[in-house]
Amino acid sequence: MMAALLEVRGLTRVFGGIRAVDSLSFDAHEGGITGLIGPNGAGKTTVFNLITGVYRPTAGTVCLAGGRLTGCRPDDVVRAGVARTFQNIRLFARRTCLENVTTPILARASYGPIAAVLRTPSARSAERAAREKAFAIMEELGIERFASFQASNLPYGMQRKLEIARALACSPKVLLLDEPAAGMNDAETHELGETIKRALEDFGVTILLIEHHINLVLDICTHVVVMERGALLAHGTPGDIRENPAVVEAYLGRRRRDRA
Amino acid sequence: MYYYYVLNIFLLACINMIAVLGVSIFTGFTGLFSLGHAAFVGIGAYTAGVLTYHWYVPFPLAILAGMLASGIAGLVIGIPTLRAKLRSDYFAIAILGFGEALRVCLENLSITNGARGLSLDELSGSAWVVGALLASLAFTRSLLRSRFGAMFMAIREDPVAAEMAGINLFRTRLLSLVVSAVLCGASGALLAHRIAFIQPVMFTMTQSTQLLASVIAGGMGSISGPAIVSFIFTALPEMLRKLEMYRLPAYGLLLVVIMIFRPQGLMGYREIPDLLRGTRDLLLARRVR
Ligand SMILES: Nc1ncnc2c1ncn2[C@@H]1O[C@H](COP(=O)(O)OP(=O)(O)OP(=O)(O)O)[C@@H](O)[C@H]1O
Ligand SMILES: [Mg+2]
Repeated sequence: MMAALLEVRGLTRVFGGIRAVDSLSFDAHEGGITGLIGPNGAGKTTVFNLITGVYRPTAGTVCLAGGRLTGCRPDDVVRAGVARTFQNIRLFARRTCLENVTTPILARASYGPIAAVLRTPSARSAERAAREKAFAIMEELGIERFASFQASNLPYGMQRKLEIARALACSPKVLLLDEPAAGMNDAETHELGETIKRALEDFGVTILLIEHHINLVLDICTHVVVMERGALLAHGTPGDIRENPAVVEAYLGRRRRDRA
Repeated sequence: MYYYYVLNIFLLACINMIAVLGVSIFTGFTGLFSLGHAAFVGIGAYTAGVLTYHWYVPFPLAILAGMLASGIAGLVIGIPTLRAKLRSDYFAIAILGFGEALRVCLENLSITNGARGLSLDELSGSAWVVGALLASLAFTRSLLRSRFGAMFMAIREDPVAAEMAGINLFRTRLLSLVVSAVLCGASGALLAHRIAFIQPVMFTMTQSTQLLASVIAGGMGSISGPAIVSFIFTALPEMLRKLEMYRLPAYGLLLVVIMIFRPQGLMGYREIPDLLRGTRDLLLARRVR
């Protein structure tokens, strides 16, 4: 049995009268890909915002390897080992792709303002190391040829990959991906799935994946958590989820009807 | 005589450029707006001025004291106001109030000789001014090329994403503010001993607006753009002094023309060598797609 790396317990967030997340508990197991699915407005993105400290929970806790994340600022959550991408892409638009990926590495570098202004050897070598590491991550994701491009000039799918590269540059233990395949066709989605699996192996990260492409989820996830109206509807292996009548009714069924 | 006149304008432009570099770091690179940076110039000017006037402190020490005082003022305003993560309006309002409070203090203290102002010695010679400008340019360039520049620009582009890249928003913004205040303080100390006379009205919102306008018109996120524009903004009104009536309209017109034809500022987010590279990127991106 794999250990639970990320533990979510009784997580609740109320916005006005809406319980966007309602006493949600689940685990993300080390080395696995946990899918987080549910209809639009189910509260999936809010869960990410609560884990990463963008919002404070009304109640409940999130722990990473036993240490509490609840109450930490986002930059401390990143330091503790959680990185994420955003559903609505948030790149550093007017910076180059390489600079986007070096930023989290440089944010962790330790030289101070004086060393920066004097451009000491240690500052220079930290900057060189950051560029090399960032470039290696971009190569891993197959976007190194865009390194010197301004991020906003990238095609949409590449922007999503660049966000993953930037998140990986935070050296996370857990990587949260919010709809990385949004707007992609089936071939691109499949390729992205391969990239995610490769990232898992090469970077040793545990992944929590929000995705509406249900086939991608059932295909690559080791465990799936289904939310509806903020609450846990079901969880289990992709096989369990496919068979679960409540899920089929609430989520898969609705999507099938949508298509028909 | 004419040579001296031109030299004086040149030196004033250099001094102004130092303050504009400070505002450029804060507004152009970190993405925070301030209509009150003239207060930091004023603190630098008055600290250095009072020290040389009353106590005959050596000029270099007086400049350092001016920079230190401005930096401390930056901390005092920044610590309570920059904590608000996604709202920079607290800071914007606090700095306005601070500028006003400063003016009232300067006008009523006896050590500053109140509203009548202080007559100082003309200590800011060419070597001091040009040396200080070159040092400020080198300082700004190195800082912006370092991890701090990367963090400033990340915050400017997207504070939420910057925080999720592990950047401490409060500390990084505070650093940006203090550095910009210190540069403004240096500019003030030099200005006071160039014009050889300081008065509280020299450091009010009008001056703050001009600093901010130079950065916006020069291009947010560029060092060279604001530097060029601040030069034009200082030199042009002086040159046009004979046409007194048309000075302010000409200045305004120039600003309007720049904003119409270059809404991103004279240099946009770039430096001179970047201009060619940007075009190349766009062409390449199209091909790869
Ligand atoms: N900052 C906020 N203020 C008020 N309500 C919010 C806020 N953020 C989210 N909500 C509400 O919480 C609910 C859940 O939103 P959330 O974005 O988490 O859904 P989601 O599952 O990610 O949906 P989608 O699949 O469309 O991305 C929605 O009803 C939304 O309107
Ligand atoms: Mg969402």
